Amino acid sequence: MPRFKQTAEILQLMAKKENIRDIGIIAHIDHGKTTMTDSLLTEAGLLSPKIAGQARALDYLEEEQKRGITIKTANISLLHEENNISYLINLIDTPGHVDFTGKVTRALRAIDGAVVVVDAVEEVMVQTETVTRQALNERVKPVLFINKVDRLIKELKLGPDEIQAKLARIIRDFNNLIALYGEDEQKNNWKVDPTKGTVAFGSALHRWGFTMDIAKEKNIKFKEIIEAYKNEKVEELVKKLPLHNAILTMAVRHLPNPIEAQKYRIPKVWKGDIDSEPGKAMLNVDPKGPTVMCITLAQMDPHAGLVATGRLFSGTVKEGEQVYLVGAKRNYRVQQVSMYMGAFRDPVNQIDAGNIAALLGLDQARAGETLVSLNHKSSMVPFERIKYVSEPVITIAIEPKHPRDLPRLIDVMNRLAIEDPNLVTSINKETGEYLLSGMGELHLEIAVKFLRDYAGGDLEIITSKPLVVYRESIMSSGIVAMAKSPNKHSKFWLQVEPLEENIIQLIEKGDLAEEMGRKRMGTVLKEAGWPTDEARNVWALEEHRNILLDLTKGVQYLREVRDMLIAGFRWACQNGPLCEEPIRGLKVKIMDASLHEDPVHRGPAQIMPAARRGILGSFLSSKPVILEPVYKIGVSVPAQWVGEVSGLITRKRGRIVASEQKGPLTMITGFIPVAETFGLSAEMRSSTSGHAFWQTSFDHWEKAPENVAAEVIRSVRERRGLSSEIPNISRFIDEA
Amino acid sequence: MSELIFVGMGLHDENDISLRGLEEVKKADFAFAELYTSFMKELRIGKLEKLARKKIKMVSRRMLEEENGEEILAAAQKGKTIFLVPGDPLVATTHVDLRINAEKIGVKTRIIHGASIITAAIGLSGLQNYKFGRSVTIPFTHNLHVSETPYAILKTNRKAGLHTLCFLDIKAEEKRYMTIKEALGILLEIEEKRRESIILGNTLVVGIARAGSKNPVVKSGMFHKVLNYDFGAPPQTLIFPGKLHFMEAEALTKLADAPESIKQLIR
Ligand SMILES: Nc1nc2c(ncn2[C@@H]2O[C@H](COP(=O)(O)OP(=O)(O)OP(=O)(O)O)[C@@H](O)[C@H]2O)c(=O)[nH]1
Ligand SMILES: [Mg+2]
Repeated sequence: MPRFKQTAEILQLMAKKENIRDIGIIAHIDHGKTTMTDSLLTEAGLLSPKIAGQARALDYLEEEQKRGITIKTANISLLHEENNISYLINLIDTPGHVDFTGKVTRALRAIDGAVVVVDAVEEVMVQTETVTRQALNERVKPVLFINKVDRLIKELKLGPDEIQAKLARIIRDFNNLIALYGEDEQKNNWKVDPTKGTVAFGSALHRWGFTMDIAKEKNIKFKEIIEAYKNEKVEELVKKLPLHNAILTMAVRHLPNPIEAQKYRIPKVWKGDIDSEPGKAMLNVDPKGPTVMCITLAQMDPHAGLVATGRLFSGTVKEGEQVYLVGAKRNYRVQQVSMYMGAFRDPVNQIDAGNIAALLGLDQARAGETLVSLNHKSSMVPFERIKYVSEPVITIAIEPKHPRDLPRLIDVMNRLAIEDPNLVTSINKETGEYLLSGMGELHLEIAVKFLRDYAGGDLEIITSKPLVVYRESIMSSGIVAMAKSPNKHSKFWLQVEPLEENIIQLIEKGDLAEEMGRKRMGTVLKEAGWPTDEARNVWALEEHRNILLDLTKGVQYLREVRDMLIAGFRWACQNGPLCEEPIRGLKVKIMDASLHEDPVHRGPAQIMPAARRGILGSFLSSKPVILEPVYKIGVSVPAQWVGEVSGLITRKRGRIVASEQKGPLTMITGFIPVAETFGLSAEMRSSTSGHAFWQTSFDHWEKAPENVAAEVIRSVRERRGLSSEIPNISRFIDEA
Repeated sequence: MSELIFVGMGLHDENDISLRGLEEVKKADFAFAELYTSFMKELRIGKLEKLARKKIKMVSRRMLEEENGEEILAAAQKGKTIFLVPGDPLVATTHVDLRINAEKIGVKTRIIHGASIITAAIGLSGLQNYKFGRSVTIPFTHNLHVSETPYAILKTNRKAGLHTLCFLDIKAEEKRYMTIKEALGILLEIEEKRRESIILGNTLVVGIARAGSKNPVVKSGMFHKVLNYDFGAPPQTLIFPGKLHFMEAEALTKLADAPESIKQLIR
């Protein structure tokens, strides 16, 4: 088989939907995703000679090579031939570190199948669970690759029976995840089974691997593998059972092609009318239908500008085509269409439905955005929002060492914010506070590194210690607060209440989202127990789990100021009155309003502050509290140190919820406030002599104890340069 | 003596203030002025200060609204205080709040009038004051949000056969003054959305620029004519005539270039 293809052939391949597989490699950190993908690159057919023969061609960032971990996702297209049929495999390698799970989440939108890699020594770990759960949630079908089997033989020196028992346990644990998180259909049909060829075993490092199908076809017994290591005949093993063949055969035989996958994935990721023109076209992966693409990655190329990568669900995207971005509400002309090859992009004239495409010229495109042909602009329903399992709960303040570099810093911060939706940048020119919030310390460390690189390497940045991000919330209903506009000619009566926990759950699961539209949100809320008049009148849903409702009757011009009221509501939710942290879990009710006759006297500068003040006023009357983020912590440690680890976690205001024996190791699971985890590494190391391996990931928000809350408010206010006292409610409400 | 006097500065430059107004400024203990509610093209506050021999302090929207004009009220409690505003005070602004608050704290208030764009525009157009319906401001589009109130008011007035005076939005802080062209564009956009045939190619429009200056422009004609007419510098104002009295029609044709065909609109 020729290793490279010409463009014309590539286009032919892209048009044969049955022979396309869009897949991702997902796993716990260090389980061998990139090593495995690398072996596919060197052995399988490539679509471009550019990257042939490069080691770690997918971990091409300097920072990744240095640290030996993957930080971003990387796309590559491969060729695989089986029974004289050529298959086009669009593959995405993803990072395993918990701080970068957001990138996995986005990649999952673009793919239909996933190879879940599990380290045979470590077995199924926390992050294996997280990524598998997310894959099922996007209806991405998994197959299993049990990697590092060489270590069982060489390091652990296990015999054939022990090895088989261990492998069986991994398969069982993995299927338990499907049973736990899968929909009924998935529970019944997506469990993996070695006898069916949906599990591969092997060593990515040594580049061999097999499924039971292949072993049978080649007539090889497991014993022979152990022998090969004993007799130093691994090279022969690699010739007989090349890894790329095992993985790609498994993908081609058991992962769905776009035609199969889009039938059940579209109803899950897109809530528009399936019988509409784009609906039908997407179900059928119709290259002649309207162009519909879900953007899953936005990157700034210093020369080409914004590169928007995503999955094309229908139509054929061409250079020069007129398209529309539903979220940004902007028309564009596609300047270039290309495919990704690791670090490189290869321009092609057009890409067909069912493939992954990279487009130039769409400067406002962001991950999660819906792209559609211009002639379907008005009727296109956007894709479901991409739901992240984690939240940015750690912040650092940054500033340039030389004040003259400030514009450059702001510039690169904006770029990073575009590329990484899980990184929240906040630029407050008034107070001079520049913040980066992320998933964890590594996330922020890498972000700062990127800022420097993007600026050309010579930007000196001073960073603060990591700080925790908090939320402000309430415990009871507030008063009906009246607030006037600055010119005193418009008035609003507003009341806040705690948002019910079950509603917050609906939002977190994505079952309640703004893009559903008022009607469908109303139905969901009614089912969840809201009275009809409230359920039907939701105006806005703010990202920090806050809802705005209109309960007014017949107020003249209210419709005209609706967007301004919503903007005022969002503004209030961004910065609560306690210490300007975001508000969470608020239900804001507009009870009544009285507006000035002329539109210029009730413009945004009048309405937004009035709405904000009323909300904050009512908020202060409703038992305000501070919520702190809490991590789930998983520690694996030899039995003799279990007591030390439990003690450490409890001392840090944490609690242990489970402890499970796995061979010689104990897996401890618990919760610990994020604020208590800075410096935990050193303490964990010293109390277990370095024998504990542990991982934390964001789990939930919890009301901080009163003494902690008081200290948080004090220190955050001080940091932000606010007066030491929480503002009095009279600052936010007016009389009569 | 504690007193707050609202003095209108008129339309165009420092010479539009009344003699009575100027005398009061001369005698004042404190003088303030705001210039964000209207655009007085040739006004130079320095020149007014020379005429009145008084330092005049400029106040921002922020000071007046967010800080409730506290500085002006404090001055007024101490002595005779003047608040200079463009046009005629308290007509198309929201300053009445300041006047009420002054009275509440025992400060006497008065108004010394100035010329207003409302009467100036009506006078320049030759239309009759008695036949105007509600007036309205056409606001700048904000984040793609377009206020449809002007369209609705135009519709109501039109039904009743009444004329509509439209003020055009200004953003003094950003030195942005809406032009007739922009205003008509916004109305057209609403028409395209609502399609109630309020704004059509043959809708009669009167455009007025720089009322109060030596060279005001008054141009009447069909929508597209006026849309493409170059009115020159701001400030600008619009009138949408309703049913015409024969004298109004004559005035528009003779004084504002309107085509003879508008005589059909005479009731
Ligand atoms: N012994 C052995 N080591 C392996 C095997 N596969 C990978 N490794 C090693 O495991 C380490 C991690 O491998 P990567 O491929 O970078 O793992 P990854 O899953 O891509 O890691 P992240 O992307 O950072 O989550 C490297 O040191 C590899 O050499 C294997 O089959 N056997
Ligand atoms: Mg990797």
